[in-house]
Amino acid sequence: MAYSSKARDFYAGELQGMKDKGIFKEERFIQSPQAASIKVEYPKGAAIKQVLNFCANNYLGLSSHPEVVKAAHEALDSRGYGLSSVRFICGTQDIHNELEQKLSEFLGLEGTCLFPSCMEANAGLFDVVLSPEDAMISDRLVHASIVDGLKLCKAQMFNYKHNSMSHLEEKLQEAQSCRLRMIITDGVFSMDGDIAPLDKICDLADKYDAMVMVDDSHATGFIGKTGRGTHEYHNVMDRVDVITTTFGKGLGGATGGSVSGPKEIAEMCRQRARPYLFSNTMPPAVVAGSIKVLELLSKSTDHRDKLEKNTKYWREGLSKAGFDLKAGDTPIVPVMLYNAKLAQDMARDLYAEGIYVIGFFFPVVAQGQARIRTQISAGHEMEHLDKALAAFTKIGDKYGILGLKKDQIIAKYGL
Amino acid sequence: MSDEIKKMIIEYVKKEYLDEDSDQEIKEDTKLISSGIVDSFSMVSLKTYLEKKFSIKLPDGDATPEAFDSVNNIIELINKFGVKV
Repeated sequence: MAYSSKARDFYAGELQGMKDKGIFKEERFIQSPQAASIKVEYPKGAAIKQVLNFCANNYLGLSSHPEVVKAAHEALDSRGYGLSSVRFICGTQDIHNELEQKLSEFLGLEGTCLFPSCMEANAGLFDVVLSPEDAMISDRLVHASIVDGLKLCKAQMFNYKHNSMSHLEEKLQEAQSCRLRMIITDGVFSMDGDIAPLDKICDLADKYDAMVMVDDSHATGFIGKTGRGTHEYHNVMDRVDVITTTFGKGLGGATGGSVSGPKEIAEMCRQRARPYLFSNTMPPAVVAGSIKVLELLSKSTDHRDKLEKNTKYWREGLSKAGFDLKAGDTPIVPVMLYNAKLAQDMARDLYAEGIYVIGFFFPVVAQGQARIRTQISAGHEMEHLDKALAAFTKIGDKYGILGLKKDQIIAKYGL
Repeated sequence: MSDEIKKMIIEYVKKEYLDEDSDQEIKEDTKLISSGIVDSFSMVSLKTYLEKKFSIKLPDGDATPEAFDSVNNIIELINKFGVKV
């Protein structure tokens, strides 16, 4: 038997090491659909508890929307469970093409190529469109899946300080001898919830003849006046070249991702992107659910409007209570605690109060930047927000951090 | 020569990786990777800088987070590849 006791001991030791360092990721077992209020078993074997969820990417509250679920059911009946193949061999249905067209229209771009996830879209894109003669110039805080995609690509890599336009300009100047340049950024940065200055990025792109690529996974459907994303928020809908996004967060929350942009880039992905060529097709139920989500969002802005109202109420409530928040306009509202143990202890106490949140600390965020990242949903009702605000205030008071600024929290708890 | 090269690398790290308003001090034994000053993604630009500056090629297998974790470690690394320090 190849899996010897030596191998078992080695892996067990690795896992124990993670537990000893406090970086072992524990799962909470959700026993209900994803929603603002969920049933959770945590820790494993404990009694199931109904808690309010402030730690989901279900921004628009559509994860269990009846019309979306109905559309998925109908697709199961009419198109089956899965395609048993990759797209280009025998796995493309008419509804895949319909979703690509609908997403292109929604984002205001020429063409779209679907992927099983946005992670795979980011893993496939760069190697397909950039070569060693070209330059990829990315923000340093882009999502890990972009980093993976950049590493797979042979183009010359430059990166700039987070949202620093002067540093980006320096890098564009350094890359001027390259054949093609692509500036790469998240639209909304998932840890801080801040928005990339796409208007200024597009100005620099024009000045130095560069393409602009945005991962808008934490924006599509709800950022901007009609929820088109960060390019709408910054009024540059006709100036961003390529957008990758996910159907796995605001847009229903199942799975699936995409690259949208000029029709040639969408087609290049279909011809050459390895995750497209070698991963199974998005399942019909998810495709039909995603089409329904885009139809809902194209008809009305009710969901994104409610999310905006909820976010404002939540941010103001936490701020009034005396928490130190990262400034911003997005439904990602980080409560800054700086100390990892404090973040973990407070998250545990909040769970006891019926509020489901997670502490984030290094290496997920930079050293000394520990926090509880709260996320707001259109699925939250006012009573949910009020209950959570009361719980946060109670626990914040217990730890004596209300009204304290960064230096004071660090002085009290250390880094 | 050794001090000059150390100073040059420290200046590069400060300019490239610290915020303009940062008052963080970088010394030759300051932890760069394990402290989060330089993340593993940004390490690529540091590697490129060293290769261009000293006209060397650092194989990926040698350009590890440990090898880049302090200016002293970097000096040791580039020394192995023919840079006289």
